[in-house]
Amino acid sequence: MKRKRMSTLVAGMLALALVAAACGGAEPPTAGPLGQVEIADGEAIQIRSFNAITGDVSFLGIPNQRGVELAIQDYGEILGHPISMGTGLDDLCSADGGQAGAQTIVSDPQIIGVIGTSCSGAAGAAMPLISDAGLVMISGSNTSPALTSDLAGTAASDYHPGYYRTAHNDLFQGKAVAQFAYNELGMRNAGVIHDGDLYTFGLSSAFQEAFEELGGEVSVFTAVNKGDTDMTAVLTEIAAGSPDMLFTPTFPPEINFIAQQIGGIAGMEDVTLIGADASLVDNFLEIPEAEGWHHSGPDTRFGANQNSLTGVSGDDFLSAYESTYGEAPSAPFWAHSYDATTMLLKAIEDSATDVDGTLYVDRQGVRDALNAISLDGIIGPITCDDFGDCGAQLITVIRNDSPSDVEAAKQNVVYEFAP
Amino acid sequence: MTNGQLDWRKVIRTGLLVGVVMVFTSAIGMVEDFDERPVVVGILSLGFLALFWYVPRAAYKVGDEEVLEGMEVHPPTFQNVIAGAAVGAIGGVVLSVLVFAVNALDLRGVFVRLSPQLVKTLTFSESAADPNLAGVLVLILISTVLGAVGGGLHLVSDKLRRQIVFTVGAVVVVALLEDVISQILRTFGLSALVRAIYRDAALRLIPAIVVAALGFFVGGRERGGESRIRAYLADPDPTQRTRKSLFVAGVVLVIVLVAPWVLGSLLSEILATTGIFLLMGLGLNIVVGFAGLLDLGYVAFFAVGAYTSAVLTSPLSPFFNPEWPWWYTLPVVIVIGAISGIFVGTPVIRLRGDYLAIVTLGFGEIVRITFLSDAAAPWFGGAGGIRNIPGIPLGFDTISGSDPEYIMYFAAALVVLAAWVSYALLNSRVGRAWTAMREDESVAEVMGIDTVRSKLSAFVVGAILASLGGALFSAKLGSIFPTSFELLISIVILVIVIVGGMGNILGVAAGAVVLIGVLGGPRQPGLLQEFGEFKLLIYGVILVYMMLQRPEGLIPNIRRSRELHHEELSQDAWLGATPSEDTAGEGAPA
Amino acid sequence: MVSTAETIQRIRRSRFNWVDMFLNALRIGAIVFIAVGLVGTIVKFVGGEGPSAEAWRDLVVGGLAQGAAYGLIALGYSMVYGVLGFINFAHGEVFMSGAMTSFFMASYFFDTGLWVSNFVLALILVIISATLTATIVAVLVERIAYRPLRDAPRLIPLITSIGVSFFLQYSAAFLFGISNKSVPQPPSWLLSKVDLFGLGWLRLEATKLLVIAIAVVSMIALYLFVERTRTGRSMRAVAEDKEIAALMGINVDRTIVTTFAVGGAMAGIAGSLWALLFRGVSFDTGFLPGIKAFTAAVLGGIGNLVGAMLGGVLLGLFEGVGPLLILDGWGIPGVSQLKDVVAFSALVLVLVFRPTGLLGERLSEDERG
Repeated sequence: MKRKRMSTLVAGMLALALVAAACGGAEPPTAGPLGQVEIADGEAIQIRSFNAITGDVSFLGIPNQRGVELAIQDYGEILGHPISMGTGLDDLCSADGGQAGAQTIVSDPQIIGVIGTSCSGAAGAAMPLISDAGLVMISGSNTSPALTSDLAGTAASDYHPGYYRTAHNDLFQGKAVAQFAYNELGMRNAGVIHDGDLYTFGLSSAFQEAFEELGGEVSVFTAVNKGDTDMTAVLTEIAAGSPDMLFTPTFPPEINFIAQQIGGIAGMEDVTLIGADASLVDNFLEIPEAEGWHHSGPDTRFGANQNSLTGVSGDDFLSAYESTYGEAPSAPFWAHSYDATTMLLKAIEDSATDVDGTLYVDRQGVRDALNAISLDGIIGPITCDDFGDCGAQLITVIRNDSPSDVEAAKQNVVYEFAP
Repeated sequence: MTNGQLDWRKVIRTGLLVGVVMVFTSAIGMVEDFDERPVVVGILSLGFLALFWYVPRAAYKVGDEEVLEGMEVHPPTFQNVIAGAAVGAIGGVVLSVLVFAVNALDLRGVFVRLSPQLVKTLTFSESAADPNLAGVLVLILISTVLGAVGGGLHLVSDKLRRQIVFTVGAVVVVALLEDVISQILRTFGLSALVRAIYRDAALRLIPAIVVAALGFFVGGRERGGESRIRAYLADPDPTQRTRKSLFVAGVVLVIVLVAPWVLGSLLSEILATTGIFLLMGLGLNIVVGFAGLLDLGYVAFFAVGAYTSAVLTSPLSPFFNPEWPWWYTLPVVIVIGAISGIFVGTPVIRLRGDYLAIVTLGFGEIVRITFLSDAAAPWFGGAGGIRNIPGIPLGFDTISGSDPEYIMYFAAALVVLAAWVSYALLNSRVGRAWTAMREDESVAEVMGIDTVRSKLSAFVVGAILASLGGALFSAKLGSIFPTSFELLISIVILVIVIVGGMGNILGVAAGAVVLIGVLGGPRQPGLLQEFGEFKLLIYGVILVYMMLQRPEGLIPNIRRSRELHHEELSQDAWLGATPSEDTAGEGAPA
Repeated sequence: MVSTAETIQRIRRSRFNWVDMFLNALRIGAIVFIAVGLVGTIVKFVGGEGPSAEAWRDLVVGGLAQGAAYGLIALGYSMVYGVLGFINFAHGEVFMSGAMTSFFMASYFFDTGLWVSNFVLALILVIISATLTATIVAVLVERIAYRPLRDAPRLIPLITSIGVSFFLQYSAAFLFGISNKSVPQPPSWLLSKVDLFGLGWLRLEATKLLVIAIAVVSMIALYLFVERTRTGRSMRAVAEDKEIAALMGINVDRTIVTTFAVGGAMAGIAGSLWALLFRGVSFDTGFLPGIKAFTAAVLGGIGNLVGAMLGGVLLGLFEGVGPLLILDGWGIPGVSQLKDVVAFSALVLVLVFRPTGLLGERLSEDERG
């Protein structure tokens, strides 16, 4: 009985002492309008990866998430605090998934920022929540113009403060393909096939607009459905417009079927074929029928580029990736996610105040730091405009001359476009 | 184990099955992926839980005796332990064969997850260079011990066995529900406690022991809660029974109303989604469970409701955008929902059960593809969907997906409405007509029931409920895309109805909670987000298991359950009330 | 009985007028819609617009090839329905297992060189292994998941088969990876067009001809098997009446297994033809063709084998030709996207005109539910 009372007394005194220590030390900084996150001594700084890691788009989301993992490893600690990304969250590549995942994120008050989403549809539903909660989200692969701005100073319908991205804005890619086709290749009549995906539909529409603005004609604008295998009908529909080029930003396997079956369609023998970054993957580039295809996409010649914050180059990253995960990345946006992660960590570092080992990170401060950020990433120079477009807007077009050597094909740049 | 002797053939067969299950779990990458998720810090990962859970279970089962009337019952002996250990050992050996095979041959050309990385995980070694023989032995040893433990469970008292199961279960559940538990604790300002219990989402050792002890204690208490409720609900008098069901539902409702403010926004979100699926489940229950019409395209009505509401409220609706407040759209949603119900219902009204299934499935796809198509894009936005849907204006605020607590209230209100409609209809003239029609349509018709009107009314009521769900869904999401309305949703709703217990309102609720709330829907996360990509695989296993073990559903309709366990099951002939002989007759190959 | 049926008829006649009116309106509307679309397309064609005559020919052949595959899969649905009376949703996944096996075998032969040096032998081996795999999968599924449910109401095995379908599909996804798998290119003679009968205008793709030929041979073989052999006769007897078949000394369980095996074999052949035709296989390859084959089986009259084949071929044709033939005539943009709308609308229309499918028997009144 006596001993118990004794221990209670000791515990009480200890608690008092702790309170005294906390009060007696330096004052914590005043929180900004969005509040601040307090990270106790020895605790980890919480960020999250929020990518499409399941389902048919996981070939895009998984390299994104691994990019985040490797960037956290390379960046090291921030003012003595380790960084944790917890369990990778899944955006399910859908609005439903985006909203629910965002709910998971904002319900944890320790999370400062998010790297994701993989899909634009998910970002649109996630951002209202993320923005309201004062968090930031940086995406490595959202390209929808609706998420940022028209690049001429007008915010788009789904823009919310706190949204940033290192991927390019699709307004450019559509324009880049149109200019390449019209000016470089002399194309005047184009057929377009999308697959009903938000992304391919947006890019196809952007291309159509830009191509027609230049004076070209889009004779047939049509679509297949995901899961279709027989492309005879759609290609016949395209052939009926007697185009001299076909633009199709579809994903494998649909684009594989298109490439394999186009040879048997009368009138499509000499048509120039252009795909986009969705098909800039080994799975398509290596089939024999992919020879001669053009692909627009982000500049993927980042081998020698170094991230100025970690000193890691594209080649270093790839070898680390392969030794860790036993395979090469299946989509090119790992670099964008890697740079996005270092951006976020740098912004946290810049806006953090250390008070006796406890870190205070001001949420508004993180946004300010991101708005002002300037660094060299694997993807090239990174600075953010007023609506969160931070990446290099350089679009390249490659021509696949060597399906047997995919790496060489990816390096074979025939056109560059910078707005 | 007839005559108390070991049935070695059964032991070997079970052991091989255990081995196959473990190899399969490894080969699909579950062990490796789940290994990242610790359950108890430094002791157990979810990966090894997934790998080994089946060992003690199978080892226990192998000692089960089929007790028939008049047979001599043998008391369990130490042989149970030996049999269990043997089962575990055989399984472990099969698994270690896999380890060596992966090392000797490169199987990744076919089985992508059989990588050196897996061997590393399985053999507890740092490098994958050579098979760690000690690691393999440990693997077999663990498996054997777990098998022996499983077999040994026969030797202990029923009470102690239950306590052991509860102990393990409590630890796993508390670790897996980390998200929820820590959020509840935070609501009460106990952030420090969260840190004391969990590290990296896993239980720390001391709290794990405390939780285990609690589980042990709870497991030791006399069971009865569940069976008492069951007994309470199983009143032989039908009106009493429904009244009692309603009472239980009311209690659940009160809990649900208080819940969001205690559970936090994440759980409210999950509850809101569950509510929307439950609403659709209740609607489909009217069509399938009451009227016996197998509708595989139910998502079409959900889509129609969502798009109607979106077009009328969103400023970005491409063709027609009156920007009404959400409330005003409800009558329109109801009317259009009813019309679409009639439109789908009339052509299929003369079709037999399975023809009905594929035609409704077709209608579901037609609706989805139409909303998706470029042809209809000038009206509905095509693949770009309709964005900037403003949410529900409530005077003081506009409720959208950012306020899952309020969305949950709306979902709960609609669910109550649907439950009330179901209840009222079932006990009305229409409901009796449905029952008669489900049992035998011809007889029903001769008895003077207007089957056309009955069928159509089921379609219309179902369609209205689903389209109301769609209207709420669009306000919640803020933007809708055709991808939200795929065929899989129709199938999942049907599964909710049947796994829960067809024809029973509480059953459907149980189905929705388990399948959507806990596991998560095809594009909706549930409580157990850990299962992530393996969700649909687990769904499949649960479905098959449920149908084989408990075909009447979680909370069965008393009447249907009686039918199912009746000898002349085949006479029930669920759909279209066609006796099975006739079915076979018209299905003769040409 | 007769009087009951008559009573029902009388009741129906008195009540169902407005339903009939609706259905008639639907029938007339559909005919008008199709006719106007056809006229529009013909006007376009005569005016030199739209697809050329060669293109139409290729569309028809493409539709036939795809339809032949649908027909082969539909046989499995129809047979299982005939014998057990439920929709086996997992049948699409049986087909996928055949296609997946074909991919692995073809890549293996490509690596060893047999694919190039002796393509015919390689192809035969691919088809045999795909058929074997699919048969084994079908029989295993029956044994594990359906046999315990032999006497359950029909919705129970239906839900079980949905579960089996999820399980097989995602097992394949995680075991073999989610990426699309490209089947190696067949030799060039198979990719080029052949001039059939030396007519000049009948130059058709050799792959598609081969696929159609193999499918036709398999269907004839199956038909002969069911009609002429002892086992086939017992299958028909079991489908007619299980109890009486058992009394006649037929082993019902074994017959049901045979049904699943034969249906699985057909799906396996379809899987290898699919792999040859489209040269791409992934874990969800079985999903859409499965649903289409189910549609085809209903279109032809479920339970009727000739109907299943006919339904498959017609569905393939509708899909391949329909959008351009009818919708394009209306000037609807992006018609290829509406392919499945055409397919399912065709199903609805056929059933509006003939409620039991094309070759389904007219049900007597009291059998109809």
